[in-house]
Amino acid sequence: MLAKRIIPCLDVNAGRVVKGINFVSLRDAGDPVEIARRYGQEGADEITFLDITASSDDRDLILPIIEQVADQVFIPLTVGGGVRSVGDVRRLLNAGADKISLNTAAISNPALVAEAAGKFGSQAIVVAIDAKETAPGRWGVFTHGGRNAAGLDAVAWAREVARLGAGEILLTSMDRDGTRQGFNLPLTRAVAEAVSVPVIASGGVGTLDHLAEGVLEGKADAVLAASIFHYGEYSIAAAKRHMAAKGIVMRMSW
Amino acid sequence: MERVVVVDYGMGNLRSVERALKHVAADAEVSISSSPEAVRNAHRVVFPGQGAMPDCMRYLRETGLEDAVRDAADRKPFLGICVGMQMLLEHSEEGDTPGLGILPGRVRRFAPPEGSGMKVPHMGWNEVAHDGAHPIWSGIASDERFYFVHSYYCAPGDGEVTAATCEYSLRFTAALARANIFATQFHPEKSHTVGLSLYRNFLAWTP
Repeated sequence: MLAKRIIPCLDVNAGRVVKGINFVSLRDAGDPVEIARRYGQEGADEITFLDITASSDDRDLILPIIEQVADQVFIPLTVGGGVRSVGDVRRLLNAGADKISLNTAAISNPALVAEAAGKFGSQAIVVAIDAKETAPGRWGVFTHGGRNAAGLDAVAWAREVARLGAGEILLTSMDRDGTRQGFNLPLTRAVAEAVSVPVIASGGVGTLDHLAEGVLEGKADAVLAASIFHYGEYSIAAAKRHMAAKGIVMRMSW
Repeated sequence: MERVVVVDYGMGNLRSVERALKHVAADAEVSISSSPEAVRNAHRVVFPGQGAMPDCMRYLRETGLEDAVRDAADRKPFLGICVGMQMLLEHSEEGDTPGLGILPGRVRRFAPPEGSGMKVPHMGWNEVAHDGAHPIWSGIASDERFYFVHSYYCAPGDGEVTAATCEYSLRFTAALARANIFATQFHPEKSHTVGLSLYRNFLAWTP
């Protein structure tokens, strides 16, 4: 049976890994290549890099990092953050990324999703959706770290990007991100059940139970977390054992 | 020194295949090439593929690589990956596209039952069950997990060429083998240590 995936996420700023607490205060968690290699050895099913570098001049700093990681870590690598054009997608893929995650650019220019999927294949294009609850059982899409409403319904937007050719959706609850209170399960489930492509749940993981809930209740195909792994609180292997013990099919040898 | 060529016909990112081969190839020269000449001069040929099969077939013809690929599949250790495996068959449902027809069979789209909640593409780590022994499986246990990402699967016309199967809404062929040809639907270059073992075995293989 197909295994559910655990994906550690590395937020990269000017060449270092950081994790935003509610996307505001940042703490340094170390060298991306070193961390990626360790995660690969610990059984990470994929690794996601999110480039949060503010200045576009510094954004190319991620390219040598991706190259070094791809030389040493042979699992799927996703890169997102600041990707605006087909040219950006191509540069990151050439550096060694397997999938590129589009967020704001997909909202301002949905044709980019279709164009990138057409050029590089749907398997290479992930659309990241940052969602916040706007009314009970309704979630809106937000940009700029949750500050700006995009005027889109998260579930409808997920359906739309899947139709445009996104091969996967990375869904982050902005209400939960950095809170360690667990995924927004109703949001995750609503999106996972609305689309035919895989959904990665993100935002809010504080315990190993939260990871299992994302799959069992949120119906996510994969779960993404950052801080619980970066600070050595839990290992990826321990997270996998925990999820497997809850009856979730996991990849347990590597 | 043995020359290993990864065929570049303009579809998809081949660097990860090259990196993985280089990682395990102590005494082989690994290169990516779009030159028919280089493919003809290679000792071993790796034939990857990503994206839509109609585009892959079109580019393969336009770049003039088709004959060199056919020649390699005829007589050299040859490894097809993902769409590079699918193209070896006769026909794909994807865009109603004729394949190379080197092996018998057709490529079909996953059609999970309504309400099953199964996602297409089939994306992630799944168990690959060997169908018979093969040198490429040396040191790799049956049911070991490899990384897949695909919406279409190979349905070979001759069960004899199936080297492994995998279960996703149905049991499909995850690897093909015949004489000097081996092909995988999954991505060894993204399958961590077990995938590197597969590449190592391919480089050591004398069909």
